[in-house]
This record gives sequence, C-alpha cells and structure tokens, in this order.
Amino acid sequence: MSTIVKLPDQSTAQLPKVSYLNKEYGLKSWLLTGDHKRIAMLYLISITFFFFIGGAMAGLIRLELLTPPSDLLAADTYNKVFTAHGIVMVFLFLVPSVPATIGNFLIPIMVGAKDLAFPKINLLSWYLYIVAGSMIIFTLVAGGVDTGWTFTTPLSTHYLNTHVITAGLAVFVAGFSSIFTGLNFIVTIHRMRAPGMTWFRLPLFVWSHYAASILMVLGTPVLAITLVLVVLERTIGIGVFDPTKGGDPLLFQHLFWFYSHPAVYIMILPGMGVISEVISNFSRKRVFGYTAVAFSSVAIAVFGFFVWAHHMFVMGISNYSALVFSLLTMLVAVPSAIKIFNWSATLYKGSITFETPMLYAFGFLGLFTIGGLTGVFLGSMGMDIHLTETYFIVAHFHFVMVGGMLMAYLAGVHFWWPKMTGRMYPEGVSKLAAVITFVGFILTFFPQFILGYLGMPRRYAAYPPEFQVLNVFSSAGASVLGIGYMLPLLYLTWSLKYGKIAGANPWQATGLEWQIQSPPLTENFIETPIVTHEAYDYEWLESKKGSEVPTVG
Amino acid sequence: MHLISPVLWQFLIKWLTNFAIFPPEASTIAPYADALYFFLILISVVGLFAVALLVVTFSIRYRQELSPVATQIEGSTLLEATWTIIPLILFMICFVWGALLYFRIYSPPPNAMNIYVVGKQWMWKVEHPGGQHEINSLHIPINQPVQLTLISQDVFHSFSIPAFRVKREVIPGRYNTVWFNATTPGTYHLFCTQYCGTLHSQMIGQVVAMTPEDYQAWAAQSISGTSLAQNGERLFASLGCNSCHNSGPNAHGPNLASVYGAHLQMKNGQFVTVDDAFLRDTILNPTMHEVAGYAPIMPTYQGQVSEEGLIDLVEYIKRLDSQYRIEQTIDNSGAQPVQTGTTPAGTSAPALAPGTVKP
Repeated sequence: MSTIVKLPDQSTAQLPKVSYLNKEYGLKSWLLTGDHKRIAMLYLISITFFFFIGGAMAGLIRLELLTPPSDLLAADTYNKVFTAHGIVMVFLFLVPSVPATIGNFLIPIMVGAKDLAFPKINLLSWYLYIVAGSMIIFTLVAGGVDTGWTFTTPLSTHYLNTHVITAGLAVFVAGFSSIFTGLNFIVTIHRMRAPGMTWFRLPLFVWSHYAASILMVLGTPVLAITLVLVVLERTIGIGVFDPTKGGDPLLFQHLFWFYSHPAVYIMILPGMGVISEVISNFSRKRVFGYTAVAFSSVAIAVFGFFVWAHHMFVMGISNYSALVFSLLTMLVAVPSAIKIFNWSATLYKGSITFETPMLYAFGFLGLFTIGGLTGVFLGSMGMDIHLTETYFIVAHFHFVMVGGMLMAYLAGVHFWWPKMTGRMYPEGVSKLAAVITFVGFILTFFPQFILGYLGMPRRYAAYPPEFQVLNVFSSAGASVLGIGYMLPLLYLTWSLKYGKIAGANPWQATGLEWQIQSPPLTENFIETPIVTHEAYDYEWLESKKGSEVPTVG
Repeated sequence: MHLISPVLWQFLIKWLTNFAIFPPEASTIAPYADALYFFLILISVVGLFAVALLVVTFSIRYRQELSPVATQIEGSTLLEATWTIIPLILFMICFVWGALLYFRIYSPPPNAMNIYVVGKQWMWKVEHPGGQHEINSLHIPINQPVQLTLISQDVFHSFSIPAFRVKREVIPGRYNTVWFNATTPGTYHLFCTQYCGTLHSQMIGQVVAMTPEDYQAWAAQSISGTSLAQNGERLFASLGCNSCHNSGPNAHGPNLASVYGAHLQMKNGQFVTVDDAFLRDTILNPTMHEVAGYAPIMPTYQGQVSEEGLIDLVEYIKRLDSQYRIEQTIDNSGAQPVQTGTTPAGTSAPALAPGTVKP
C-alpha cells in the first residue's frame, strides 16, 4: 500500500444534525443528565475554572517571590495563597483533570459502550466535586486556610485558627468524587466492552485509566480517614496524632502519604494514556511494545502503593525501613523509563506529522523525563536529606505534574477537541501556544532546581537576598507560562463558534471514538460495534476506507 | 553608548554575574553528597540526551515528507529488555550510593559532642551542655563531630544547614538526632524547612563554625547560669524524683546510677537500651516502658516540665555515674530549696539573664 495518508478534506464536512450537544436543550437537561459526554463537559468547564483560580494563586506566589522580603503579601497571606494553590491544583484540578473530562468522555466509547456503568453515580461524582469546590471557594472568601495542602499535624490540628475543618471536609468530599469516577471506570472496563474488544485490544488510554482507577478506589479512602481524624482531633481532641495524649504525629505522615504518593500516579497515569494515543496517531504507527506499556501502567499502580515513606526520609523513621522504601522507589522509576523509551521507539519508521497535540506530547516527553530523573535524586536516600523540603522538590513535582500532566492534558484536549465539539481548533495559534508553554515552563521551573540545591526552603514568604536572581528568572518564566495557558482558553472558546467543522475522523485515527460522528450521538453507537482489529491498526483503517463510501458528518 | 541607563546597566551586569549556583562545602559530608549529586546529574544528562536524540532523529528522519508510509512494528523484546535493565542498573547504583550516604549522615560517631536544640514557633533554642544558651544561632567548633539532639515543643520543624548538606525533622514528642563535622570556619545559613505556620520564613538563623580555640573562647564567655546537668540536678530534687529514685534499700523506683546506656529488662521480657528518648518517655509517660521488678506507680510529669527541663533531667541522669552522686543530690536538695522551675537557667542564678548570649 503506498497511498499517502492525508487528512480528509474537511471543506465538505458538516455538523451532524443530532448529537449529544443538541439532543436536548436547557440548563436542566445538562444538570440532570446521565450522559457521560455531557458530564465530561460539565467537568471540563468546572476544572478549567478552578485551574485559573489555582493559576492566579501561583501568579501571586511568583510576584511575591520577585523580591527577597515579604513585601507584596504578608507572611500569613502568602501562606494562605500557597495553600490555596496547592489544594485547588491538586484536588480540584490535577486529580480530576484527564480522567473526569477526557476519560469520562472517551472510556465508554473506546470500549464500545453506550455509557459508563453507573451514569447516576457519575453525575453524583460531579455534584460532589462542585460541593467540594464550593467549600474551597468558601474557605478562600471567608479568610483562607494556611495548613499547606499537606495538612501537617499538629500544626493543622492545634495551632491554626483558619478554616481547616472546612478545607479538610472539602478534600474529603472531593475524594468521594474521585472514588466514584474510579469505580465507574473499573466496572465499565470489566463488564461493558463490546464484542471482540479483548483486554489486549483496548487502547492504552483505557489501560492507564484502569490502573489509575484502582489507585483511586484503594487509596482515596485512606485520605478520607486521615482527614476525618484531623477534623476529630481538631474538634474533640481524640489525640491520635497528639504526642501529649500518647498519639504519634508521624502516623499522620504515614497515612497522608499512603494516599498522596499513589495520588501522583492517579494524576500522571491518565496523562500517560493520552500520550500513547497521540504519539501513535501522529506517527501512524502501533505503539511500540503495546503489552509492555500496558503492564508498566499496572506495575506503576502496584509499586506506587509501597513507596510512600520516601516522603519521610528525614523524619526519623528507622534507617532500615528507609532502605526498603528507597529500593522500591527505584523500582517504580523503571516502568516510567520503559514507557518513555517505548514512546520514543514508536516514532521509529513512522510517518510523523507535527500537529499541536504532538507538540504537546513532545513537550511531555522532555519535561517528564527531567521530572522523572530528578525523582531519582530524591529517591536516593542520602541525596534526599539535602534536597527534600527545598525548591528542588517544588521543581521536581512541577516538572512531573505541570510539565508532564498538564502538557498531556492539553495534548488530549486538542486531540479530542474535534470529537468533543465537532470543530477544529485553530492550528497556527495553538502551535504557538504549545511552544510558549514549553519555553515558559523551563524558564519558570529549571532555576528552582538550582535554588533547591542552594538550600532555599519551600514555602518561604521571604528569602535571603542571594537567591533573588534565580527567583526573578522563575517569576519571569511564570508570566510567559501564564500567556501559554491563557491562549488555549481564548482560541478554544473562539473555535466553538468559528472553528472549522471537523468531520468524524479528522486525524484518521483508529480508535472506536473516531469511527462515529463528531460530536457523537447520545447513545454513542447506532448499533453495538463488533471489534475485529487490534488497537492502533492503521492498515485496518486503510482497508476499511477502501471498502466504504466515505461519509463525512 | 547604552540603550538603557548606564547605572541600571551596571547594576544588571553586577547582579547577573554575581549570584550563587552552588552552595559552600563546609562539612565532611558535603563532598560525599556533592559527588553523588554530580553522578545523578550525569546520568540525568545522559538519559535526557538519549531520549532527545531518539525523538529528534526520528522526527527528522521519519517525518511524513520523507517517510510517507509507516512500517508497523510490533515491538522488540530484546530492545525493551535493554531499556529496562540499563535504567534498573543505574537506579540500583543510585540506591546503594544514596543508602551509604544516608547511613553516613545519620550514624553519629561515638566521640561526637552533643548539643540540644529545641524548636518552637518561630525560633531555634540551642542548649550547650556547658550551659550556653543561644537563640537562632549555633556556635560549633570545626574538625569535631557534633551531634544535635533535636526536639520540638509544638509543631513539626526541620533543621537544615545547606552548607553541611544535613537536615533533620524536628518533631514534638521525640528526639531526633543529626550530626556533622564542620571543616571550614564561617557563618552559614540555618533554615527551618518544614512549614510551621505564620513566620516559617523567619525561623532562620546562622551556624557559626569556629576554630577550636575560638570556640573555647566563645564558650567560656557565653556561659549563662549553670550547666545543663546542674540544672537537671536541681530539677530532680525539686520535682521530688529522689523520693523514689534514691537508690536506698526500700526505694520504690529503679536506681538511676549508671542507668544510661544500660540494657534493662522490661516486664514483657524484652531488653531495652536506655537512651535519651527512653529517659524522656519514662518521665512523661511512665507506663510506656515498664521495667521488670517495679510496680507502675510513677506519676506522669506531662505538662510539669518544659522541653528544656527534660533536657536538663536527661543530661543529669546521663552523668549519674555513681551512687555517690545520687546521695549528693539528696543532700544538696535540702540545702538549696528551689521552686518547680520550668526555666532551668534562672533557678539558681537569677542575676544572670537566661537565654541567648550573642557574641
């Protein structure tokens, strides 16, 4: 076969007459919907809102750190601002980002189902998210909370007079939203696959969501219990974490990180799924070593549960238990390395094009590699002593979470935007945005590695003057990064009305979601699909096109 | 000719060419930590370069114009095994190297001099055994292992000296230790690195490393009050500890002479080595360790003794090397009645202000 794969002629494409977007009208039809696609849209709008709140907080932090003394914000205000940034970004943006929006939209379609297993629980999950978000907004308006997103006891239980209980309960509620999403995915992937859709024909996006869902369902309850204990300790003083009552404050650290370390895999795994889809599609090739990539997701999920105490190497845990946790941390780094190399090898002998999602995916590869390798610095126990609790940590997890996850999220939003809305985003400006984001990101967070090795502690409103130059670089980068994130908000909104009409399969991708109209029908499929081909089978797609009269829209 | 103001230009030049990118190396640990750091940077650069090389080369070579049709490749077990095993080996080297460094940093040598540090919102209180008290500063001699015994009286803090590459969490309710051996005289940053509330970023101080002679001179002129053990002795008497721990034939409590470092048998049959933490725990929570042969009748002293007072008591009991010292305490207690003090330095020498003596 020697036909050059070209994107289909979109000038003849038309929006379908009926889709999930226009099947019903009115606010009520959205707020009481059971349709996973509409719920995904609700999530998309709400997490974008919270992303920009968290982003505004980040802007304030970087402005304050432009100068050494705490002159723009008072120390207390600064503490509240970074706490709000952390809580909003972690619990209201990163955890639900890809799974609750893109995952919610695509998992049922990818497995060939009409909806998730429990549509009402799916809707409930969004309402819980909104309740949690409203509680966080309330704490911000009512005077803030200054525990840090880690809620460290006994500071949070005995020493602060801010809205710790409201914030703790908000995260508790947000946790249930996440549990429900995970539960829905697990049941859907197990029970609702279309005929012929075997486990190893699932797109890797589904595999990574499956792994992340296991973490959500098993890990989040521990966070919920921990936060309830914090609230009980604060209100009635049960003393679980209070050493004067025979409690142990280190127990809090164990419980908190038992969730919060797997939580970073909850955040990154769905992003890895997006990258698998995007890289495969834009190099027109099956992902190199499908099984290895699929099982590495599961390996990350399993090992991810047994590394939590690497957050506690300086806290006085036994040296020998530190040894075990360090070893396991090194092991959990291996599956990530496998993924990176498999994605790189996917490009080999491909037919590569460089649309916006691919640029974001390349950004992900670079930044996630740096983030992952600096994680090895921190997993190495003796090095961790010097680096932990400094800006090195801040830089490391921003490389993984923002450089990795947010890049993957934006790659996914651009990639599936035509499917979700039926319209294309503008290609030129979006490429520019991807490049601006990458450059701004490096400029913002790379200096922080150097600051960290110099010893600048995190969460400082004021710092010694010799750290200023690097902080100025970082703040300058943050303003570039800010532009990089504003642009997609503007042009994606613009494209809702003015974007080119996309047609069913603008990328010539192989997933089941691309074989149906864009935007899809409420029922997704007119008849239940029967799957006869492997995932990423581009030759199947070619032969299918040859035997079929092309109908666009 | 300058496009911008010459003053501003000069300022920018001076500023941009004059900022730190690497911290001073001022302890015996620092070169070891930096060696591992450079190794980690090396493997990161190699790893990043490998990924970048693959991605860039393939992107150029296999872009659509040059490679219109993709060749489908299933995978390659050999290649995948290669890039599983090579990172695994590298990560294992990092693990072993990091573990060796960790044990080096957290295993104090037996001849280390001990200094106590109490963290509180938002200051560091340093107690030298000789009775020198400091706030937000720590004077130490160089070329001498120094162990810090750290405890917090409120929330989590973390004691960090970047120039020495050491850090330890300072936790309420338990002693943590860290040690270092400074090599270069100078003044270095001391940071609290665990977020501890409003003035977290003000919980900073300086570590002053001095030559042994300078340190001796500083120590001699900075004594305020009496030594920690002497304070402890008074506290021991005033709290009435000696009514039970008097080593007499009918004593209700165990004899404390030479108890420090001893292996005691507990009621459950286990043997426990008596260390600082054991002594502190038994004062505050006597039923935590029940020594075989004694009834659990000791009351708790929770809330009656400050962290500094506990340090004084521990320091006193540590130095109780003979029967004679206990009897002396009992005799002294009659002669020097003191109140149940929580400020150890102020008990016998009210003329000398307790607290810092900064040079």
